Amino acid sequence: MSTTNVQDDSQNRPARNRAGQDVTGELTRASAGILPAHLADATVDESSLKRFLAGLPGVDPVGLEQRSAGLATRSIKRASKLQAIDLAISMVDLTTLEGADTPGKVKSLAAKARRPDPDVPETPTVAAVCVYPDMVATAAAALAGTDIGIASVATAFPSGRSSLQIKIADTKLAIDAGATEVDMVIDRGAFLSGNVGKVFDEIATIKGVCGDTRLKVILETGELGTYDNVRKASWLALLAGGDFIKTSTGKISPAATLPVTQLMLTAVRDWFDETGELRAVKPAGGIRNTKDAIRYLVMVHEVAGPQWLDPFLFRFGASSLLNDLLMQRRTQLSGHYSGPNYVTVD
Amino acid sequence: MDWEYAPAPESAAIGRIKPRYQMFVDGAFRDGRGSDLVTLNPGTGEQLSTVSTASSEDVDEAVAAARAAYDKYWSKISGAERGKYLFRIARGIAERARELAVVETLDNGKPIKESRDVDIPTASAHFFYHAGWADKLEYAGFGPRPRALGVAGQVIPWNFPLLMAAWKIAPALAAGNTVVIKPAETTPLSILVLAEIIADADLPPGVVNILPGAGDVGSALVNHRGVDKVAFTGSTAVGKAIQSSLAGSGKKVTLELGGKAANIVFDDAPIDQAVEGIVNGIFFNQGQVCCAGSRLLVQESVAEEVVAKLKSRLATLRMGDPMDKNTDIGAINSALQLSRVSALADSGDDEGAERWTAPCAVPDRGFYFPPTVFSNVSPAMRIAREEIFGPVLSVLTFRTPDEAVAKANNTPYGLSAGVWTEKGSRILGMAAALRAGVVWANTFNRFDPAASFGGYKESGFGREGGPAGLGAYLTNAEDGN
Repeated sequence: MSTTNVQDDSQNRPARNRAGQDVTGELTRASAGILPAHLADATVDESSLKRFLAGLPGVDPVGLEQRSAGLATRSIKRASKLQAIDLAISMVDLTTLEGADTPGKVKSLAAKARRPDPDVPETPTVAAVCVYPDMVATAAAALAGTDIGIASVATAFPSGRSSLQIKIADTKLAIDAGATEVDMVIDRGAFLSGNVGKVFDEIATIKGVCGDTRLKVILETGELGTYDNVRKASWLALLAGGDFIKTSTGKISPAATLPVTQLMLTAVRDWFDETGELRAVKPAGGIRNTKDAIRYLVMVHEVAGPQWLDPFLFRFGASSLLNDLLMQRRTQLSGHYSGPNYVTVD
Repeated sequence: MDWEYAPAPESAAIGRIKPRYQMFVDGAFRDGRGSDLVTLNPGTGEQLSTVSTASSEDVDEAVAAARAAYDKYWSKISGAERGKYLFRIARGIAERARELAVVETLDNGKPIKESRDVDIPTASAHFFYHAGWADKLEYAGFGPRPRALGVAGQVIPWNFPLLMAAWKIAPALAAGNTVVIKPAETTPLSILVLAEIIADADLPPGVVNILPGAGDVGSALVNHRGVDKVAFTGSTAVGKAIQSSLAGSGKKVTLELGGKAANIVFDDAPIDQAVEGIVNGIFFNQGQVCCAGSRLLVQESVAEEVVAKLKSRLATLRMGDPMDKNTDIGAINSALQLSRVSALADSGDDEGAERWTAPCAVPDRGFYFPPTVFSNVSPAMRIAREEIFGPVLSVLTFRTPDEAVAKANNTPYGLSAGVWTEKGSRILGMAAALRAGVVWANTFNRFDPAASFGGYKESGFGREGGPAGLGAYLTNAEDGN
């Protein structure tokens, strides 16, 4: 990935066929990685992008949901369960995204991230804390000296309803305050009205602003309406340079579901098969207990592959999930349930 | 990260397997006059239990008991009363579902997740569905006063032992017939647990009689003069023999026989779900399904992509202990069936097809055959023509819809087919053109008691399930024949 927001062709891109170029003009480019010709051609201009997205195979809801339901019946016991719990803890983006957030709340969340279970110090730390841009500095100070990520939502989260200038400024605010990961939202209105070029440009521009800071692209699948749209938006975000594709803001119901996550895992798997690049997935919202988390991990394992069982490539956007994981972890170690009074509120 | 799932075996004790089982005749469990058979656990190859079998005298007695029950009781009570008994049986199956699932998996070798999530719930659903019909037969489309036929003689296969029993017994009883049924030699246990449920439901003695045994018992049953209606599910060879021996007997016959279904994937298909459907179509129940999608017909333009995705998907299948809740591919039902599958697969090698085997560890005991895909298959090869009845898929390609139809129909069988395309008009056109009793669109191997199931050509005749299935057990004639 290049670190600049470039509007022109990069020298190292393969030659592109310009014959099909139309009035919409060139798309913004943030990524200068070498893509296979058919993917590079897809981003020449908006009409190419539309044709590419329209040419993706359809998604049959019955079959998709059947596979999700089948994988959800996997029975994960004993050592494999403890392994899954530890992995899930290390994948949590511990999140608070409320209007009522205060520095005190964020500090207490950061303390929880550093030491999820004070009574069991060898418990893994979480992957990141996730806050609004104005809380990033507080989180960064509280997490100094750790390798816990500081993720910030940006780009007029959660609706994405603002100008590109505001979204760029919002992103810069977060990064300048110390964010190491940015969670942006796509413009669902533009996507649903067929203006995929605008969505692409915004993602590519924000990725340009982010540079090496990893960018999570929130598709808000609950507003996209169909699985076909989720697949299209996933590929759109991957083509535009998103490091993660993320299901939801958590502000819309339904948030993350197994079938939607399956679809996104399939997209990053296909992306890897075609480009050799590993991109990440983050379901967010609605994942509240260990049983759910393990179902997601089974899906990561069997749909994307064991390679994705890594906090770099899969995250859970969640708040209450962590405490259930901690209680289940204690249960696995001690053989009996403790209870919510033995884990810290955050 | 390496993440091995720990073994998650269902407890065999839940199955409460008895050392010996007896046949069920005239409302009582008793010994038959045939010699005991030994039933094996295909997952381990070890002995599971012994079962008393019937002789021809036992067939006579069972048919006589069924006739007496029909004359004295079952034909006299109202449809609503029959429905109550069927509802009771349906609930009994649901209540003992976990036990039945374990029994089925231990006796048949299928993965516990399939017996738990498919076989047993669907068996219960068949009783529930037909219970609802029992007092509504005059509205089923067979005239104002449809009547039962009398005594039904039924023979069922080993691939879905309890589900096939439900498919046979539920419509027969709902329509007002009494039943003598013979389970397969290798899978007699779950239907004998069903016999306990039937006894607990206080079904009048003789309404359902269950005779374990081999082919000779089945032959004596279907040829018995006291049987008015014969229903058989099994191989085409046996079906042909039954049909010729019953010619001129006046018995009503339905046969549900073999298949060599085409699963047709067009280039505009939902590819990922088509791959799932291919897997489900041929590897569900280790491919031991008469309607299995054993011939993949894939459009040439997407063949490479589909086969590549299929192979990477198959590499994730978990083969092994059928009792493990995470097992996707269990055991082949018997050593005999395993040798048949192996021999047919070897013929694929000999005839020049290219064999690919999923990278599964094969357990060192029990009867297992790993998921196998043959590519470069031509329609002339045995693996493209003969029913393998195992986890072996033959991949053929086509260029146009007409070619797909021609190749799909180029088989003596015609039980089922699958069509994968996002184009609705093509689905309807293909469904009309395919000579198959069931055509699935963008799915495969879905079973519902309300949907009729049955074949064209050498896959048999008559339908099971839905109102059409009831018709096989009813007549309009005043004398009941």
